Amino acid sequence: MSFLEYTQKATPTGLRKVIYLNWALILLVSTVACVGFLMLYSVAGGSLRPWAAPQMMRFGLGIAVMLVVAMVPIWFWRNVSAVAYGLSVLLLLFVELFGTVGMGAQRWIDLGFMRLQPSELTKITLVMLLAAYYDWLDVRKTSRPLYVLMPLVLILIPVFLTLRQPDLGTAILLMAGGGAVMFLAGVHWAYFAVVIAAAGGMVTAVFTSRGTPWQLLQDYQYRRIDTFLDPSSDPLGAGYHITQSQIALGSGGWTGRGFMQGTQSSLNFLPEKHTDFIFTTLAEEFGFVGGASLLGLYLLILVFCVWTALQTKDRFASLVTLGVAVTFFLYFSINMAMVMGLAPVVGVPLPLVSYGGSAMLVLLAAFGLVQSAHIHRPR
Amino acid sequence: MKRSQKETEESARKISRRSMIFGGLMLATGGILAARMRYLQVDRASDFRLLAEENRINIQLLPPARGLIYDRYGRILAENEQNYTVVMVRENADDVDAVLDRLSRIVNIDMDRLARARDEMMARAPFVPVTIADRLTWEEFSSVAVNAPALPGITPEVGLSRVYPLGADFAHVVGYVGPVSDYYLESTGDTDPVLQIPDFQVGRYSVEARLEQNLRGETGSRRVEVNASGRVMRELDRTAPTSGDDIQLTIDTGLQNYAQARLAGESAAGVVMDTQTGEILALASAPAFDPNLFVRGISVADYSRLTEDPYRPLASKTVQGLYPPGSTFKMMTALAGLEAGVITPEDTITCRGYIELGTRRFHCWRRGGHGRMNMVDSLTQSCDVFYYELAQQVGIEAIAAMARRFGLGIRPDLPLSGVAEGLIPDRAWKRANRGADWVVGDTLNASIGQGFVLNSPLQLALMTSRIASGVPVVPQIVRSINGVDQRLSPTDDLGVARDHLHVIREGMWSVSNYRRGTAFRARVVAEGYEIAGKTGTSQVRNITATERADGVTSNDDLPWNRRDHALFVGYAPADAPRYAVSVVVEHGGGGSAVAAPIARDLLLRAMYGDVPPLSAYPASARRDAEERHDTMDLLPIDPRATTGRIRA
Repeated sequence: MSFLEYTQKATPTGLRKVIYLNWALILLVSTVACVGFLMLYSVAGGSLRPWAAPQMMRFGLGIAVMLVVAMVPIWFWRNVSAVAYGLSVLLLLFVELFGTVGMGAQRWIDLGFMRLQPSELTKITLVMLLAAYYDWLDVRKTSRPLYVLMPLVLILIPVFLTLRQPDLGTAILLMAGGGAVMFLAGVHWAYFAVVIAAAGGMVTAVFTSRGTPWQLLQDYQYRRIDTFLDPSSDPLGAGYHITQSQIALGSGGWTGRGFMQGTQSSLNFLPEKHTDFIFTTLAEEFGFVGGASLLGLYLLILVFCVWTALQTKDRFASLVTLGVAVTFFLYFSINMAMVMGLAPVVGVPLPLVSYGGSAMLVLLAAFGLVQSAHIHRPR
Repeated sequence: MKRSQKETEESARKISRRSMIFGGLMLATGGILAARMRYLQVDRASDFRLLAEENRINIQLLPPARGLIYDRYGRILAENEQNYTVVMVRENADDVDAVLDRLSRIVNIDMDRLARARDEMMARAPFVPVTIADRLTWEEFSSVAVNAPALPGITPEVGLSRVYPLGADFAHVVGYVGPVSDYYLESTGDTDPVLQIPDFQVGRYSVEARLEQNLRGETGSRRVEVNASGRVMRELDRTAPTSGDDIQLTIDTGLQNYAQARLAGESAAGVVMDTQTGEILALASAPAFDPNLFVRGISVADYSRLTEDPYRPLASKTVQGLYPPGSTFKMMTALAGLEAGVITPEDTITCRGYIELGTRRFHCWRRGGHGRMNMVDSLTQSCDVFYYELAQQVGIEAIAAMARRFGLGIRPDLPLSGVAEGLIPDRAWKRANRGADWVVGDTLNASIGQGFVLNSPLQLALMTSRIASGVPVVPQIVRSINGVDQRLSPTDDLGVARDHLHVIREGMWSVSNYRRGTAFRARVVAEGYEIAGKTGTSQVRNITATERADGVTSNDDLPWNRRDHALFVGYAPADAPRYAVSVVVEHGGGGSAVAAPIARDLLLRAMYGDVPPLSAYPASARRDAEERHDTMDLLPIDPRATTGRIRA
């Protein structure tokens, strides 16, 4: 399938593409990002430094990247997806070998102006490659074992590399995101049933392996699971994050304590308050109303993505768009579940809000793909 | 690679179907998240709001400055001294060990203490100040300050600590403070939050302990906002502490100091009281101890030295010590007789050296007997038989009632530790406590202050005051609290005929001024300063019949702790009583030889307001007095204290 299949007359060209951008999606994304700036300003004690200002610059850069990606026809991205995937896996290998040591995990490549997290990049390139794979694959072959095994290998390579870092959160996102694209592409139910059963077995194995020489997870990961299951068992130690974040959340009440009035975050009771736990600050200062509004914005973004996916008849475009939507969904739902004590503490940022350059850039680039699919959809 | 339209549409339908499933899953997840958010933020909001407040607000207590204690002339007895300490904040020191090493070369610090402080510092948050050394001298303190640039993290600080400038002189009166112990918290039920301040000190003994609530003051507090690591971010509000009340005692420091010095070397107690007001001017118990040792935390060696001393320096013998009053009790028996009308001052009784009661003989201290004597004579020469005879007619109940009227057997209401009630026995007491009936022999023993009768030196001084003034004065030691007068004036009448008291006073005058008086050798010859009194020698053992047959063993031949107690009570000036005194020398021997000279010196010191002149002493006693005064280690006299002089 090539661009020739599209009805060229209906596809906008040149600067006319700008008109055909999904402006509602851009507005939603920008609104969420502004909420992020506000929270970063608040957790810094009413200062643009050290987080809000750099975040704004990155958002500006990210919007530019998004527009550039959006302008480029979607079939170009399909054609380069294998290259992009290969590049990100190479970068993952690079951090495995030379990555800067930070926070006890090798996750970054220092580019000078920012620290690049290849695992973030991988989340989107994996989705692209899988979409391209199913676009290439004959639909009837989708559920054949050999053709199911190939995407599995493609998923497991980066999963293995991120687990080595170790970054459980990203590994889960990659696995879930990749699996979602496979499911959307029409792989037979039975495979997923098998995988879910295997995952159950895996969890059992993980717990039974604890304390044995062939222990499957790091000690800190076991501790996080422990404290997830019972945060009060160690309120000042490993359970501190969860306990304090629930206190912050709960003390927000209906309408919150007011902008900049949250005591939990401004007094440093909250861990990682500018990154993974930033939602607690929002919930503390703006209450249930604020938290639910953000959740609503996120769900609206999803609706727009799914809408775009359903409109396009192109297999790659819909799969990429849905893959981006699923990844985005996994981001915020895991993060929110984590701070609300519904999921173990894994390092998953709140998309577009948490401080962090790589995630922001990659997400905006991913929305660029969605925009591109939207602009270049067949009419 | 061209594929059919049908195929593409089928795949698109499949994608649509599955994406609808996903959309549903996503919305469901969103619903779960919203529900959880609602549960945390709405249903449980108040719980979490409380937890957040607890996280944030820290209340810090500000200790109040303890009230000061003064003597009757405003001389300071207990004050708060600046305590120079060195504290260290770990995070400000680059190399903790190097800094501590340098510090130990500047000031003298115990190595163990240093190691403990270092461990504490490492165990706590890096910004928490830890006390490295305290009670530095000013020189050490200033050299730390001067060397501050070489000692990063070290800060010299000034705190408050209790100090007793007069040391041992007031150990038993003022008492001392000490750290708050678990025992203290349990036994007092004191829940003042200030007790949780580390190193806070509470009164542990005597006035410091009994007037703790006055002296402590009101705790201040400040509410501060802290961050997760406990560092203070800002102060929200503050309530300043209120200093404790200042307390003025009735004690005359000069007299107290003289009394302690005069009693030195003995295990003894001496009390000087104002006969008109009941104010206690001196309350001396020897030997004493330095209360400052307890404030700083007494060493095991020092403490066992105090507890193992046979002279019991930790006991306040003036109020805690109970002694048979011996012959000093005879005034009570005499007054009971006069008031009961069984005897007149002129009636005489013949002493043959003993009386027989059934098969038992009760001896007079003089083996040959005193012959015929009236009441004044009996007091002068302290005849025992006179009182044996008199007591049989009066009966114990009347004697006991009289003794209680003079404050004996009644616990004095004073803010001191362990104030003893004493014991004036009667029939009911013996039945209840000994399970036996009162017998006449008990009455005879009680009539001369032996047997069951027990009194503290303070009670004897009170009895003497009431005899001398005829007024039922109450003993008091607190003159004012925060400038408010606390003194009580006696309300009711003593209820004893003046004529009868006069007879007793005449007897007591003779004791000290009549040639045959038992305390004649301890008289005062300066006109207008004469003293009146009564000697007492109380046995601490029974004298057996065989012993008496062989001749009573002289006190000098007995081991110290089996010798008699020497007592003297008295007042002066004899014609216009102003000061009453009681002296008990434990196992001192005879009252006339040991206790009377001490009592005379205390009365003279009280009357003259200074070391008494030799002219007040009879010629035979002058050399001893001069020697004694030369060797006494006395405080310089405060000029204000000389207002205590009479007839100025």
